[in-house]
Amino acid sequence: MLVLSALVSGLAQGAMYGLVALGYHVTFAVSRTVNFAQGSAMMLGAVLGYVLGVREGWPMPLAVAAALALCAAFGLLVERVLVRPFVRRGSEAWLMATVAGGLVLDNAAMFAFGKEPRALPSRLAERPVEILGLGLYPLQLVIPVVGIAVAAALHLLSRRTAHGRALLAVVQNPTAARLMGIDVGRAVALSYAGSTLLAGIAGLLIAPLSSVTAEMGTLFGIKAFAVAIVGGIGSAPGVVAAGLAYGVVEALATALVGSSWTQIVVFAAVIGSLALRPNGLFGAAGPRKV
Amino acid sequence: MDRRPVLHRRALLVALALGAAAVPAAAQDPVKVGLVAALSGQSAKSGEAITRGLQVAIDEINAGGGVLGRRIELVRRDDESNPAKGLVAARELVQREKVAVVFGGIDTPVSMAIVPFANGAKAPFMGVWAAGTPITRNGAAENYVFRVSAVDELVDEALVAQAARKGARKPGLMLINNPWGESNEAGLKKALAAAGLPAAGIEKFGNDDIDMVPQLARLREGGADALFLVANVQPAAQVVRSLDRMGWPVPVVSHWGPAGGRFTELGGPRAETVDMVQTYSFSGRLSPKGEAVLAALKARYPEIRTLSDVTPAVGIANAYDAMHLAALAIARAGSTEGPAVRAAFYEIGPYQGLIKTYARPFSPGNHDALSREDYIFTRFSGPEIVPLTD
Repeated sequence: MLVLSALVSGLAQGAMYGLVALGYHVTFAVSRTVNFAQGSAMMLGAVLGYVLGVREGWPMPLAVAAALALCAAFGLLVERVLVRPFVRRGSEAWLMATVAGGLVLDNAAMFAFGKEPRALPSRLAERPVEILGLGLYPLQLVIPVVGIAVAAALHLLSRRTAHGRALLAVVQNPTAARLMGIDVGRAVALSYAGSTLLAGIAGLLIAPLSSVTAEMGTLFGIKAFAVAIVGGIGSAPGVVAAGLAYGVVEALATALVGSSWTQIVVFAAVIGSLALRPNGLFGAAGPRKV
Repeated sequence: MDRRPVLHRRALLVALALGAAAVPAAAQDPVKVGLVAALSGQSAKSGEAITRGLQVAIDEINAGGGVLGRRIELVRRDDESNPAKGLVAARELVQREKVAVVFGGIDTPVSMAIVPFANGAKAPFMGVWAAGTPITRNGAAENYVFRVSAVDELVDEALVAQAARKGARKPGLMLINNPWGESNEAGLKKALAAAGLPAAGIEKFGNDDIDMVPQLARLREGGADALFLVANVQPAAQVVRSLDRMGWPVPVVSHWGPAGGRFTELGGPRAETVDMVQTYSFSGRLSPKGEAVLAALKARYPEIRTLSDVTPAVGIANAYDAMHLAALAIARAGSTEGPAVRAAFYEIGPYQGLIKTYARPFSPGNHDALSREDYIFTRFSGPEIVPLTD
């Protein structure tokens, strides 16, 4: 019973890490850069959903659509202002710039949204349903489904469609891609918009289970990045699988060894997994250019 | 011809001297008191409550002529719940602003950072919220730290007594994984041992954890028949939501963390079943003093409309009484010098305050004005905190 309940809550929790981690995967796959403001984009989705849907009283579907559109716009802004100028100069400073961008957004949100944690109500997180003797909010079952569906869609998109293959060509050889008529700048910008859109979806899904605060994305962003690395940041299914595994290990460690040991066990598992598979569980070593 | 200006000057000097003597007390340099508390971040509401309690007391004192014939003025600094920032702020208030007393905020780690400085600088430091036991019991030969608030060790005894009253024989501990949780782990173990009760288990969780079912499931397996909860509002809300999902109707007895925010909004219906320790509540039948303070709060802060706007009451009530006690000590000392004010704290009383009548609030052996008998148990009812009447 203890193990079963830990498995179920671990899967639900892990799917959330996987969803945010997919955002890291998307930009990396297209441009070999990562948006470290991903956690903040997740917070932005939840905060905007609360402000528009609860405080302003918009109909929820409209509020969610607007929140997601603004999240995608945030991704475009990050790429244009915090990534592109550095990449163009061959600098790696986009790494620090995106971290800083996230901090700016967190603090701006704290200023505008307020300092108190608020609740984003959802009918899917009100009354628990009983499954196998365990109580779960329906939303906890929706999140893994969304996570796996998004990962599958990304996988198919990149392997089976001309558009997806074009995106992947960008990362292999930008110059050649450009010569073949692919708009590289647009592809990269789109991947950023997609990554923050995913983070926004994650934020909106997680908020009814936790609470909405300006700081909610910080720790989540870090854990999700660990998940992306463990899963192999180049592989969408790998990232989601690693997210689920991370959540399950976390919950099992808590249930079996006790919560004082959770972080020790989880991060030892992260280190162990990276030692065994340095490119991630599902990652492949890229060709080395000499 | 050249004498007239001199005459004028003399006349002017005389006029000035006469004028100075006739200047009302309030126009002199004010007596400054400082506040170092969380004015931003997750605990910002606590800083707001303390500010309101202090300010209403200051208004009353100033309306009665001030202290030492001077007005009292409040100077606030934000510690952002960060011990290093709190220490810098306390130093600035004492050394540059020359405040007579520094009041502290909700965070035990911040207060613990200020304690050695206060004792070293001989600057009276008054805690009005943070409950960490060693804040006042700090071992200094000359202790400058006083408190009008709960003390963790005594709260833990009260929590155990309350659980026992509800029939608990084997309670489990659910603690936030930080120094506050640790201080209460020690206190609860001690209090349980004293009451001859075994613990079903001790579980911890992080501030941002969403799902506490694994921890709670362990405690249930361990045979817990009641839970002690030590955490601030956000993780505390996740604990009750996890309990709700598990369908486990175990009684929960909590430290006062959940009172600092919108516990029922975040935690759902189960939040209303949690017993919470407090030092004061504005709900129910109030003393005449309670009515007066509530009216003064509403008059000064028009945004206070209902009783749910004066939660958590502890911050307001503790700060209100602490400010009056500090003013009495300054008056008794006849100066704002730290050592004189410290000595005077031992001589004041009786004072009829908001929380209780303080016969002799402080003595060299006891720097805590409130004791276990002054704690009350409460529950949330909607957004309001009401005392338990059983």
